Amino acid sequence: MIPEIGEFALIIALFLSAVLALVPMYGAATVNELWMSYAKPLAKGQFLFMLISFICLGYAFSQDDFSVIYVAQHSNSQMPIQFKLSAIWGGHEGSLLLWAFILSGWTLAVSLFSRSLPLDMLARVLSVMGIIATGFISFLLVTSSPFLRYLPSFPEDGADLNPLLQDFGLIVHPPMLYMGYVGFSVAFSFAIAALLSGRLDTAWARWSRSWTNIAWAFLGLGITLGSWWAYYELGWGGWWFWDPVENASLMPWLVGTALVHSLAATEKRGVFKSWTLLLAIFAFSLSLLGTFLVRSGVLTSVHAFASDPERGFFILMLLAITMGGSLTLYAFKAPNVKSESNFSWLSREVLLLVNNVFLTVMAVTVLLGTLYPLLIDALGAGKISVGPPYFNAVFVPIMGTMAVAMGISVAVRWRETSTKVVIDKLWLPAAISILCGLIFPFFYGSGFDFRVFIGISVSLWVISTVITEFIGKFRNAQSFSIKLKQLPFSYYGMMLAHIGVAVTAIGITLVSTYSEERDIRMAKGDSVELAGYQFIFQGTHVVKGPNYVADQATIEVLESGTFVVTLHPEKRRYNVKRNMMTEADIDAGLFRDLYVALGEPLNNGEAWAVRVHYKPYVRWLWLGGILMALGGLLTVADKRYRQSKAEPEDAYV
Amino acid sequence: MSRLLLFIPLLLFFVLAAFLWKGLSIDPRELPSALLDKPFPEFSLSPLREPEQIVTTKDFIGQPVLVNVWATWCPSCRQEHEQLLAISQSGEIPIIGLNYKDERELALNWLQQLGNPYQFNIYDVDGMLGLDLGVYGAPETYLLDAQGIIRYRHVGVLTAQAWQDLKVIIKGWDSVKN
Repeated sequence: MIPEIGEFALIIALFLSAVLALVPMYGAATVNELWMSYAKPLAKGQFLFMLISFICLGYAFSQDDFSVIYVAQHSNSQMPIQFKLSAIWGGHEGSLLLWAFILSGWTLAVSLFSRSLPLDMLARVLSVMGIIATGFISFLLVTSSPFLRYLPSFPEDGADLNPLLQDFGLIVHPPMLYMGYVGFSVAFSFAIAALLSGRLDTAWARWSRSWTNIAWAFLGLGITLGSWWAYYELGWGGWWFWDPVENASLMPWLVGTALVHSLAATEKRGVFKSWTLLLAIFAFSLSLLGTFLVRSGVLTSVHAFASDPERGFFILMLLAITMGGSLTLYAFKAPNVKSESNFSWLSREVLLLVNNVFLTVMAVTVLLGTLYPLLIDALGAGKISVGPPYFNAVFVPIMGTMAVAMGISVAVRWRETSTKVVIDKLWLPAAISILCGLIFPFFYGSGFDFRVFIGISVSLWVISTVITEFIGKFRNAQSFSIKLKQLPFSYYGMMLAHIGVAVTAIGITLVSTYSEERDIRMAKGDSVELAGYQFIFQGTHVVKGPNYVADQATIEVLESGTFVVTLHPEKRRYNVKRNMMTEADIDAGLFRDLYVALGEPLNNGEAWAVRVHYKPYVRWLWLGGILMALGGLLTVADKRYRQSKAEPEDAYV
Repeated sequence: MSRLLLFIPLLLFFVLAAFLWKGLSIDPRELPSALLDKPFPEFSLSPLREPEQIVTTKDFIGQPVLVNVWATWCPSCRQEHEQLLAISQSGEIPIIGLNYKDERELALNWLQQLGNPYQFNIYDVDGMLGLDLGVYGAPETYLLDAQGIIRYRHVGVLTAQAWQDLKVIIKGWDSVKN
């Protein structure tokens, strides 16, 4: 009964979103206030029924209702409850439901927190979101309903969830990622609404800015969590694979990063309007493209858990309508007048443009690398694959150059800055970061290393320029604490995010240069030395988990004779699917991780193949990701946005 | 004029959509028809363990074999490794490894750590044999009959289910022989 209610709620949500797509839009076109004012209640209704539908699926999972096909395929009665619930998004149908549910959540949020928006703008924005929801909910109902039943007879127990997914990572990673993906639909809807109404003023940029920053922050967090999850769960210490699905999340993030910056220029200076609109359209389109790539089976990937040409066709249609429609609208309505404001070559405008060009080039690079096998194949020129070497070769130099521009950008002002002022500000940070970059590899490693020099120098450059600029703000300030409070939140957010980029870059540089690992055969009492640590194998014993049995090893780690930690890596066999899983154990630290994974038992379990890693600064990768996301969220707390909500709409134009 | 420039994104999208449309009708898990039921491409490469020696198709023609494309940079290869070990232990069919765009030392470490299901490995460092074979990405598995003709291609992780499918084909050959 409950699953049927879920399906029924989904159908009602589809009707509500279809009405939301049409009525307020028509009302806005004909200036009919009554019709426009339907937008808010419809958004609320749609959210309510999506929530009911979502809860129904969660209930089916928690009650082990294996008559529901989706539950039977992705759950098992032995699974712990938190994994049963997160198995909701462990497969294709459920993760689409999560997608649509989050979309209705964003729609609700826009309807609640946009009191300052003029009614016609709000009506159009919510209508565009209604169109997207209509597309996705019908996709769910037509091709991928999670509520279908096995009738008349159904399996006694479920087929279990892939053990790789039975992890804390599954609980948090997909929802965060989807919050980001779907969040870009808000910026997209604002862009479409602005194009439709022809009101491409700076107010539009200010409205969409905070929404974009929130979505961008969530997407960044989602990617960070995914990387961290892969690192500890896959059992061999890798943190990024250039897998098509990872690329699918990286592309919208890159374009979103460009959008965040471009929106700032549009809001503050009224420049780059057409470009900003285009980025808003592309950020969301790339999210959709990511969905298409993952779900359609056109690319093979570790993540591609449901590939089906019929579904692929449906998403391609959604993509064609959204992208084709919005780009046509853009072609006809985007402003092509030259911006009225002028700026010199050394100005914040130009540097933001440089940042945008770099980020876009990176996104295109990733897109090409991801689609290249498909393009070649479609041209009939055979089947080929692009490995990580391509991405590293192209990505790293662009990233490095952009970091140099990042440092300069914080030191220049809007409109114009004299070269002398910039050089006066920047020579010291430049000298310090190059010097530290030169010394670091001697001090930390065994000798000079060009990659480390570049990596450390540009990272320190980004950090030191931000700090120099921050200190410079206090030069003429009368009181330190007053000035501290005067600086807007968005300024602190920018600082935090830029430092985050540098922290991630330091992590990437050091972990890919100074990692050490050993694969060895270990019997009880054996020990191995790695990077100054001594790992002593003390044998294994059998432990029983809720739905698996594992061999658990005990490995004691000493550093120059002093005890550091005891690690317990496991080799698990899951009862239902009978797959083996390597569960690594990690001693995490700010400056190094010690990572131990069990390989195969040798000589009938007398000894084990053991892999030991030493991973310096690996945490910095994710720490930087978190700082970037926090920075993005902090900008939203800015006074300007809070005030603008309470004040009449025109106050800030 | 500049109004026309605004149509460029739309045009680019049309090109992309056309490719995606085409991509839908191509199943990456399928062998290009050009190679199915054709002989395994000729090659002359060194085995993984002995850099100074040479292996060619002659080294495995004469019996049905599985050719498994793998690399240490490929996380899914790790997933299917258990299955490969199980197949090699069952003795039903020998497995030849095609180590694809990889580093020799890493690959040898991998085999030492995870166990070695392969009779031997072809070391295809620049991916040329992979190109001739139409490898889409690692992992992939090819079933060759005793004459060295490619009879089946599986793209992606070789699951227990995929192995059952392969076994059906191999059993079919045995029954014809008897």
